[in-house]
Amino acid sequence: MLFQPAIIALLLASALCVLALAASAPFAVEVIRRWNIKSGSERQLQLERRTYLFSTLLGFVLALQLAAVLLFVFNAEKMSAMFVGAMCAVGTLNVNAFGFPALNAKIAVFFLAAMWLAINHVDSRARDYPLVRIKYALLLILAPLLAASAWVELQYFLGLKADVITSCCGSLFSEGSPTLAAEASAMKPLPAMWLFYASLGAVIALAAAHGIGGARRAWLAYALAAASAAAFAGTIAGILSFVSLYVYEHPNHHCPFCILKPEYGYQGYLLYLPLFVATAAGLAVGAVQPFARRESLRDIVPAFSRHLATVAANGFALTAAIASVMIWQSRLILLTQ
Amino acid sequence: MIELHAIRKAFNQGRENELWALDGIDLHIEAQKVTALRGPSGSGKTTLLTLVGCLARPTEGRVRLAGEDISGLPECFLTEIRRRRFGFVFQQFNLIKGLSALDNIILPAYPTGRPRKQLLERAEELLARLKLGHRRAAKVEWLSGGEQQRVAICRALINDPELLIADEPTANLDTHLAKEFMAILEGLAGEGRSILLSSHDPLVTESDVVDRVVEMRDGRIVDER
Amino acid sequence: MKLWLARRRYLIDFTLLALARRKTRNLGLLLVYTVLVFMLASVTLYSHALRQEAARVLANSPEVIVQRMVAGRHDLIPPGYIEKIGRIRGVQTREARLWGYYYDAVTRANYTFMVPAQGAPAAGEIVVGPALERSRGLAKSNGISFRSYSGKLHTFVVADVLPQASELVSADLVLMSEESFRAFFDYPAGHYTDIALSVANPLEVRNVALKLAAALPDARPILRDEVLRTYASIFDWREGIVLALLSAAILAFGILAWDKASGLSAEEKREIGILKAIGWETGDVIKMKFWEGLLVSLTAFLLGFVAAYVHVFHFAAALFEPVLKGWAVLYPRFQLTPQIDGLQVATLFFFTVVPYAAAVLVPIWKAAITDPDSVMRW
Repeated sequence: MLFQPAIIALLLASALCVLALAASAPFAVEVIRRWNIKSGSERQLQLERRTYLFSTLLGFVLALQLAAVLLFVFNAEKMSAMFVGAMCAVGTLNVNAFGFPALNAKIAVFFLAAMWLAINHVDSRARDYPLVRIKYALLLILAPLLAASAWVELQYFLGLKADVITSCCGSLFSEGSPTLAAEASAMKPLPAMWLFYASLGAVIALAAAHGIGGARRAWLAYALAAASAAAFAGTIAGILSFVSLYVYEHPNHHCPFCILKPEYGYQGYLLYLPLFVATAAGLAVGAVQPFARRESLRDIVPAFSRHLATVAANGFALTAAIASVMIWQSRLILLTQ
Repeated sequence: MIELHAIRKAFNQGRENELWALDGIDLHIEAQKVTALRGPSGSGKTTLLTLVGCLARPTEGRVRLAGEDISGLPECFLTEIRRRRFGFVFQQFNLIKGLSALDNIILPAYPTGRPRKQLLERAEELLARLKLGHRRAAKVEWLSGGEQQRVAICRALINDPELLIADEPTANLDTHLAKEFMAILEGLAGEGRSILLSSHDPLVTESDVVDRVVEMRDGRIVDER
Repeated sequence: MKLWLARRRYLIDFTLLALARRKTRNLGLLLVYTVLVFMLASVTLYSHALRQEAARVLANSPEVIVQRMVAGRHDLIPPGYIEKIGRIRGVQTREARLWGYYYDAVTRANYTFMVPAQGAPAAGEIVVGPALERSRGLAKSNGISFRSYSGKLHTFVVADVLPQASELVSADLVLMSEESFRAFFDYPAGHYTDIALSVANPLEVRNVALKLAAALPDARPILRDEVLRTYASIFDWREGIVLALLSAAILAFGILAWDKASGLSAEEKREIGILKAIGWETGDVIKMKFWEGLLVSLTAFLLGFVAAYVHVFHFAAALFEPVLKGWAVLYPRFQLTPQIDGLQVATLFFFTVVPYAAAVLVPIWKAAITDPDSVMRW
């Protein structure tokens, strides 16, 4: 089922991203082998100038990945009409085994690209570009991951077969097909609520501590990154188990995607946007921390790390606040005393 | 202020048409002085200006600015230094056509993000000083050669640089305008601004304004006075 | 933050001035870009509107339609068949329907003759759809004759004209009484075209269909959901094919954008050299060019999209109708209900802005790395 406009668009985007990273691989190897900041030779100058190209390229890939995640979910939502038993995006993603892995891979690539860009940012602030080799080695690792993500996505789309009437014997052909799980599995509301607020509270506290403490303590940075990942998972679990129920005002509709629909006033974007930004920022704190001791980065990393911690703290706080408002305004009662 | 040690600069390195434009330059450019580089065309004056002004990096050797070695800095840091500390007046003036005199003048300040009001005040001050106030809104291609050069000088001064670098400033001017330029130069030097020029015009090199003349030939310094 | 914003503003200011200074050069690209967006947007808007139209039509149709099959072909429902269905839990109403197609040699179009369940016109009277009203110049209380398949001429009086609301299906409709219908087509008494079942609970539909299939092995139940799904998928597929065909145009556009972006005029190269010499950084130049691309893209996108909207909803997509509609006979005029969908816009964005961005990225960088000392060497 490749001839669907949104699918073509997504595949096009993936192909562009893979192409961009594939094109940068030979350059990355060259940088690792020949970089010499002390040299004034023309080759070194050329290498330096090309780093601009590849930073821009990666920024492009990052933006494209974020847009692609949205389009991917958006498209899954729309296509649910074509599969028997698929009520929304969850059903479409469950049509074959590659659906959710494809989504997860896309999200993972987005976060990895964000971390790479954070490292790139601190590196290009330092006068001697101290991380240039590490940076491009990481790029070489990122490239196959991106390609793998694109491959999973392609498998998913290739495996989609719409349940449609064929010319003559059409009707009811789908009676034998298994009903797709239209609901994502979810936890019980009360523990999920604990997990949701505890993980968000923890990450906000850590981010605040890291920011206020001048971002000087390494363990805080790593703890913040870990807590960001945990808070991301906790928030998703929370959305699945209770936030979505409150939004839909329906005790059994566990779906992380329907809140993105116009029927619910696109509320999901309010929730996911700060969450993604905050998680990316929190993870980036961890990504730049290993280099905090480098001579030329001694001031740059903490300053940037503080900035990221502020973004993370605000983003997670916003996520928690928006979710709470959604719950508060809902007429659904899930928990009774 | 700026020290150059054993500077060499090659073009087309490693190719058949390899050319060493500078071949072992040692020079100390002092602050608050007017220094002129003199020599025939192809002697390396302009290349030396580009190295001092952080427009390019030497192939070999060291450039020290206020004690700090800047010869190995990546381009973006050189740009930052250039923007803050140097102002350029080019031989062809190099104004951007289609923009007004005022817009041209404030262009080097865009990357600094200074408030527009501040920039405009500073630009007006400079225009008034060089008697160009009445031409502020004119497109630069409608200005005469002398006016264009004065706009270029204003542009060089917008970020209040320590060192003004001028490449063959009188090459495109007649005698009258060249004298006017020297008068402006004298005013700037009088304020204690450092100035570095390249020229083979005796009107410049023989002038009293110039504190020091460095004679160049074939990429080397041959004489100094 | 304030500094950051101020820098952005200066860059955008400069970019706007630069664009204004090079109007003619940018105009060509903008035109091609707009045409591309226009084409793609027309296709997506049109197929989306068709999809919606189909959904709207089917919304009022019964949940299950039962046809009888003989030798794998659709056949008439014989007398007593509907009673054999018996009572099935969840089925609210059962209703035998009479309808058929009639080819009108005058307008060379197919009409759908139908006996409505309620409010059928009196014998000898008909209610016609808007397309018929236009093509045969009919008005209320006019008379019209059709020659039946048996060769006899039948004359009817137009009692009413159907409203325009959902034209796709009602356009060619002719409603008449049961006697008129049977007389016109020589339809055997007691026979019907098919049976419509209405089922209130959507979750029951599948069970109803299964029970039907068990009770009447020669019956073919058609579920509304499945029809909907099929339509959606067919329209998507058509749209996809057209977009795939248009991908050649996208590629050509990408090449043009690449060419335009890399073929900087000497003037522009000089300008970038000057900017770099007076203290602009490579990153600043890239950002400036990025804003330039963004402004051009947004303008083209907006212009193209608005043009496509007008084309599809006011001029009935005159350019793409034959490819996308895919109906055997087209109606003389056909107004779609305006409809914009987020996914369509997002997809369109992916098809136009992303290729453009990808195409100009390398040329922009190439321009931005101009040697700052190049201005000294002129």
